[in-house]
Amino acid sequence: MKKTNVVNTFNPSIDGKGIMMGRKAFTEDFAPKDALIIKVMRSPHAFAKITHIDVSEAKKLPGVEIVLTHKDFKRNAYTRAGQGYPEPSPHDKFVLDEYVRHVGDEVCAVAAVDEATALKALDAIKVDFEVYDPVLDFEGAKDHKVRVHPEDDIHEMFPIGFDPKRNLAAAYHMEIGDVGKTLDDSDVVVEESFHTTPQAHAMMEPHAVHAEIDYNDRLLMFSSTQTPFHVRRILSQTLEVPIHKIRVIKPRVGGGFGGKQALHGEMLCAAVTLRTGKASKMVYTRKEVFESTYSRHRMRLDFKIGATKDGKITALDVYGLSDTGAYGEHALTVYMVTGSKVLPLYNKVDAVRFHGDIVYTNRMPAGAFRGYGAVQGNFALESIIDMLAEKLGMDPVELREKNMIKEGETSKIFEVMGEGTEGTAMDMESCKLEYCLKRGLELTDWRGKHPKKVEDSKVRSVGMAIAMQGSGIPFIDMGAATIKLNDDGFYNLTIGATEIGQGSDTVLAQIAAEALGCELKHVVVYSSDTDLTPFDTGAYASSTTYVSGNAVYKAASKLRDMMIREAARMLKCDVESIDFDGRTFTDSSGSSVTLSKLSNTLTYNDEQQQLTATHSYVGHKSPPPFMAGFVEVMVDRETGEFDILDYTSVVDVGTTINPKLAQGQIEGGIVQGIGMATYEEYHMSKKGKNITGDFLNYKIPSQKEINRLRTEFADSYEDSGPYGAKSAGEIGIDPPPAALANAIYNATGVRITTLPITPEKILMGIKQKEKDRQ
Amino acid sequence: MKLHATINGRKRVLEIQPGDVLLDTLRDHDFISVRRGCDSTSCGVCTILVEGKPVPSCTYLSARAEGKTITTVEGVQDHAARLAGFFGGEGADQCGFCNPGIALSVYALSNEAPDADEDTIRHYLTGHLCRCTGYHSQVQAVKKYLEGLK
Repeated sequence: MKKTNVVNTFNPSIDGKGIMMGRKAFTEDFAPKDALIIKVMRSPHAFAKITHIDVSEAKKLPGVEIVLTHKDFKRNAYTRAGQGYPEPSPHDKFVLDEYVRHVGDEVCAVAAVDEATALKALDAIKVDFEVYDPVLDFEGAKDHKVRVHPEDDIHEMFPIGFDPKRNLAAAYHMEIGDVGKTLDDSDVVVEESFHTTPQAHAMMEPHAVHAEIDYNDRLLMFSSTQTPFHVRRILSQTLEVPIHKIRVIKPRVGGGFGGKQALHGEMLCAAVTLRTGKASKMVYTRKEVFESTYSRHRMRLDFKIGATKDGKITALDVYGLSDTGAYGEHALTVYMVTGSKVLPLYNKVDAVRFHGDIVYTNRMPAGAFRGYGAVQGNFALESIIDMLAEKLGMDPVELREKNMIKEGETSKIFEVMGEGTEGTAMDMESCKLEYCLKRGLELTDWRGKHPKKVEDSKVRSVGMAIAMQGSGIPFIDMGAATIKLNDDGFYNLTIGATEIGQGSDTVLAQIAAEALGCELKHVVVYSSDTDLTPFDTGAYASSTTYVSGNAVYKAASKLRDMMIREAARMLKCDVESIDFDGRTFTDSSGSSVTLSKLSNTLTYNDEQQQLTATHSYVGHKSPPPFMAGFVEVMVDRETGEFDILDYTSVVDVGTTINPKLAQGQIEGGIVQGIGMATYEEYHMSKKGKNITGDFLNYKIPSQKEINRLRTEFADSYEDSGPYGAKSAGEIGIDPPPAALANAIYNATGVRITTLPITPEKILMGIKQKEKDRQ
Repeated sequence: MKLHATINGRKRVLEIQPGDVLLDTLRDHDFISVRRGCDSTSCGVCTILVEGKPVPSCTYLSARAEGKTITTVEGVQDHAARLAGFFGGEGADQCGFCNPGIALSVYALSNEAPDADEDTIRHYLTGHLCRCTGYHSQVQAVKKYLEGLK
């Protein structure tokens, strides 16, 4: 890679200072003071039909502006998922419905002058429910006698296996080669079922939205969304408002992780403001974030793996059951990623089968969440690899080295599986997995520590896992950028890409600055405003650096060419003879003009014109980042408790545009993954009520969880990425569950196959083993 | 009822209701750096200083602050700007929703334990949940910030 000045160098995020200083930044900070406050009545039942609803008393209360029930909306099925169009998620949700399908589902909504009045109005509404037996056990949901979606006016947008009569939101099947025969012919077969639990995104900023009618008589909405352009489209389609009458602005977002890809408060907020003509605001309580948005999909993965006795993996066979809860948001695509961004890790198999059912239940819906199915799949695959190694009597690292994907190779899976559609064939032009593995072994002194060391009643052990992800969805995710030259030679970069705290405004400005040869501070960024910025699908699928970054690079290169053309005109020379170093245009004779002079002349003096370049990009492949994760634990064999002493990662994300921000993405993912691996879990009452609806009962990692976190990047260059970059946003979350399960096994001989990995499960496993021995 | 308090160095008289909490009172008076992450004293986002000590404002009754000194990040701008430099240096500022609260705790820490080591920093900041960073970079940033004060 040639030397760079702005990318792949240290640059603090461009917005960190103002945010630390508490300046206006987040959605709620911009809400009009007189905005009506919207409050929603949430279902106390897991499954019920509203047979009668009386809002007359509520409407009489002074200060109540509007009450909305299902009777106030035309039945227009949509999906909140927040994906491109047509969506691979079923249209199975109504703004408000006569059915409530999980505890926390919307019953009705009130908008009033203040919160106290809105809450009082909710209390005054009388609702009669016909309560049904809910479907809570996802393993019994398929073909259950109770249908979660009995209504007949819902539909899929294209075939995804949607069959609500059988409680199926989606289903999938693919097979390459003959899996049955290959397994029969294998010397060794290992079979295991793995269970993962839902996980809460727990972003620090609860979902917030406010809307008003602006002086042009248009709906102006501020939303803490990851997908402002999808929000505009889905509002327009569902509420039947012309799309040109809607403007969505995404201010700074306080974390998303997929939880803000979908529409949550936007629909009711828009409806209130459109109907009253008044500004309105809806901010989710933490309880609502926990029980009325969506979580990660619960899954059961039945895995079979075959190998020859010398350790060549021959076949992978996976049947999965995924719980999408009450609505099928991301049902098919999350499940497909469980295969498509996991199984290609072992690309030398003779046969692979991946199939499954994504079922409706009367639980909180599941949706997009960092890792997007890959974290569940990785837990199963990387656990069973260690199990296979043991059965073969082989070192688990050697087994991986022998079978894993390497640079220049491919997997048939890329071609067969996309997200909701067929995939895209691609070779691994950048894959430093071998280096990641080797370097990780060195950093952690793996050979000296594997598998364990007994220290009195405690055992010190290590475990590891490898992982991959993607970089956007090929031929679907599109990002666009516009760059404008201003007088005195500074630039505006406007992008649809959605900064949600991951640093995309900074990273994309770096790419522009590098291409234009200027300093970072001379690129002023404005992102995610559906009126003012070009389109972008949004912040999801690890797409922003790779997809939107390519758009920025191309737009900047185009503007650079335009500026050179103007400089050549001014210097009366050929375009080819101009050399531009970012500040000065010089021709072969040595005559020159500065960018400042050129831009001022173009603005005020001669052949005045505005130079602007727009470019868009849609990926033709999705180059995976790769990584190896290594965990060292100390397990107390008497109590089952364990401490994470060290977590070391070596990662191939291509070139890191901003190494510190990339490290932040990886480490944030790891700690979120460790939370999922060790204790994050929704607990439900027998009637389907979430009893973990706050941070006191749903624990996320705090400062004290991990004693040491080390992250290194492999030297890697992805030719199709901007300055060699691939994605970094999701992959960090993938390895922790399997790495930890493997370390616990190495310490205790207890194989945990159901997340989270708790001291209780470890101790019960130890006791069981003792009992078996007697 | 009226609340008499010194907010960011200025004596103020604010109209409050008996059940109001400082988070709402302060936000209603445009101290917008104070933000809500939960309602149960468990995330640290809404941290402010009362008499120099970090407290969660989401459950601190406004009436209880009668006669007291309240500090929000609006009152320690130089400190916040400086700390931001160290957070930026370590890549510790991601979404930043929790950062004004953390800035106030670090302000208190720098007064109470300017020689804090990593463990002490972690212990002091445990009440601030962050879902973005994985914490490691925050601790390094705070450590360097404290060293820089010496």
